[in-house]
Amino acid sequence: MNSLAADRPAILAESLTKTYGSGNTEVIALRDVTLKVQRGEVVALLGPSGAGKSTLLTAIGLINPPTSGRIHIGGHLVLDGPHPAVDLRAFRRKHLGFVFQRANLIPFLSALENVQVAMEINDVTPRAAKQRARELLEYLGVGDRASHLPEELSGGQQQRVAVARALANEPGLILADEPTAALDSHRGRQVMELFAKVSRERQAAVLVVTHDHRALDVFDRTLEMEDGRLRESAPSSITPATQH
Amino acid sequence: MNLAVRDIRHHSGRFVLTTVGIGLLLMIVMGMGGIYRGLIHEAILLVDRIDADIWIVQGRTRGPFAETSRIPVSLEDRARAVPGVAWSRRLVSHTIQREHRGRPLRMVVQGLAWPDDNGSWIPLVAGRPLGQAHFEMTADRSLGLALGEQLTLGKDRYTVVGLTRGLVGTGGDGLAFFTASDALAIQFDVPGDARRLERAARRERVASQDLGQVLPLLLDRASGPENDIPALTPPQVSAVVLKLRPGVDTNDVIKTISAWPDVTAYSTDQQKQLLLGGMVDRSRRQLGMFRVLLIIISTIIMALILYTLTLDKLHDIAMLKLIGARNGVIVGLILQQALLMGALGYGLAWWLGQYAFPRFPRLVIIEAPDLLMLGGIVLAISVLASLLGIAKAMRVEPNKVLAG
Ligand SMILES: Nc1ncnc2c1ncn2[C@@H]1O[C@H](COP(=O)(O)OP(=O)(O)OP(=O)(O)O)[C@@H](O)[C@H]1O
Ligand SMILES: [Mg+2]
Repeated sequence: MNSLAADRPAILAESLTKTYGSGNTEVIALRDVTLKVQRGEVVALLGPSGAGKSTLLTAIGLINPPTSGRIHIGGHLVLDGPHPAVDLRAFRRKHLGFVFQRANLIPFLSALENVQVAMEINDVTPRAAKQRARELLEYLGVGDRASHLPEELSGGQQQRVAVARALANEPGLILADEPTAALDSHRGRQVMELFAKVSRERQAAVLVVTHDHRALDVFDRTLEMEDGRLRESAPSSITPATQH
Repeated sequence: MNLAVRDIRHHSGRFVLTTVGIGLLLMIVMGMGGIYRGLIHEAILLVDRIDADIWIVQGRTRGPFAETSRIPVSLEDRARAVPGVAWSRRLVSHTIQREHRGRPLRMVVQGLAWPDDNGSWIPLVAGRPLGQAHFEMTADRSLGLALGEQLTLGKDRYTVVGLTRGLVGTGGDGLAFFTASDALAIQFDVPGDARRLERAARRERVASQDLGQVLPLLLDRASGPENDIPALTPPQVSAVVLKLRPGVDTNDVIKTISAWPDVTAYSTDQQKQLLLGGMVDRSRRQLGMFRVLLIIISTIIMALILYTLTLDKLHDIAMLKLIGARNGVIVGLILQQALLMGALGYGLAWWLGQYAFPRFPRLVIIEAPDLLMLGGIVLAISVLASLLGIAKAMRVEPNKVLAG
């Protein structure tokens, strides 16, 4: 299912800049950001509020194109400046999985259907989609809540359903923006460990924006942003598995 | 997985309420179409029932139903003598509105050429046809009269001996059949005082002329009943209708009769056209206008509600786009809701109509082609109504998910 080339970096972003607005209201959110993440790598993105973390994540997620620079995912050029080089929506459904601070589940679909719909829009047969959705919810420990609507789930349960949805199409790249902000530290850590597990098992790259320094040991690598610039950081507690 | 239905189940209140409203509006649209069909049916019902080939009416009028017509009853005999004519009958028809049991009673008084015609062709649902030359009548059920009920019209009392159903005149008023002479008596009923004054005036006029002075007998005649006066015109009827022998060309006979002074002859088809072209056509335009307005209102209501239902879902639509849903999924979601609303509203309209239309004061005839056409219109307005929401949904950016 995952057709991204295995020998190419999962993410290769070259000289990204992003400017919001113009004139008086101009904000430069990304200043010449270059980033490479290999398959199977779990990377944390840290930094103060307003540093440009979400901007970078959504640029790589193909929902917020950069002003200039190029983005390659799995060896495919996908964005050349603001110009798409592929059908972005098709690319997202096939290769990307998203998790945000809020679960953003569709309120009129059950937990199971929220996961199922992600596969059905990717042309998986409803039968197969349902089967796999059930397995994913089991895997994430919310199998018993499968038929409940999001409003009937706790915040943590909702977030785990959202993670299941992100994993549904076995994406090569998982992007998460503060996925554990709404969870207690125990649950938060569980989600982070889950990302690490998926990354190991499926050779997916994972890029996670987080403020939670307690779970940093889960990550292979930590990047830090400040005022639109990216730099590698190597806190003593982390022994990166793969450095570049 | 059908997103449209799942969303509706979640937001059922607004959807159901709107669907009921649309259903009621469509029922009225359907009913108005049915009323138009009913008008046509009623307008030509009597013309069909009378089963004549040619209608002789007052010259240059469009009588006897579309407007008043008066012709001398003697034309009945004259027409009978025309070659090719099988039978010829006088026709008396006029609408009256009287008080009965404290309520206004409107009816079309229809005279039968008794004794040639006792009305045995009238489809009765109860009772019997007229059995004597005076003081009996048959009434349509819509008049609310019962079998055996007595009714005072003019100076006489009439007994209802037979009942018909759905037999109404061109204006939708129930038909009551009398003998022609009774029908004329009802039409020309003049209060006693007026009649005495008229007789006195006639006597004056005759007395002031030399003829009256020479022949005193004339004075007595002049002050007697009208039908004893030979010099007065014979009684007037509304029309004379003819049936031709098989194989006789209607146009030939019409040509012959048209040469007579002061009458106009119509074929039955022309007679129907007179009715449909005048009154019914105005009603058709009126009903048509209302229907168009109601359809527009339905479309606007549907569009607004579908738009607000879409606004409520914008975040979810953005999320669907974010996880890569094709536009077709999103268009389908809104369009299916619109079609479902239209289809349910239409079904409801039809179902309610089964109960409501028979209770309408006018006849409602629902025909399959009309239903089919309305179905097509509902389909079209459903699609149209969804466009506003679809346009909004198409403009949503996937990164709206992150904005709050
Ligand atoms: N849509 C936008 N329009 C204008 N400016 C924006 C927009 N989105 C972000 N910005 C600005 O770009 C800069 C970077 O924002 P971004 O959301 O990427 O920060 P962040 O690192 O994710 O912060 P936080 O930790 O608070 O989420 C900020 O100064 C922000 O105000
Ligand atoms: Mg952010």
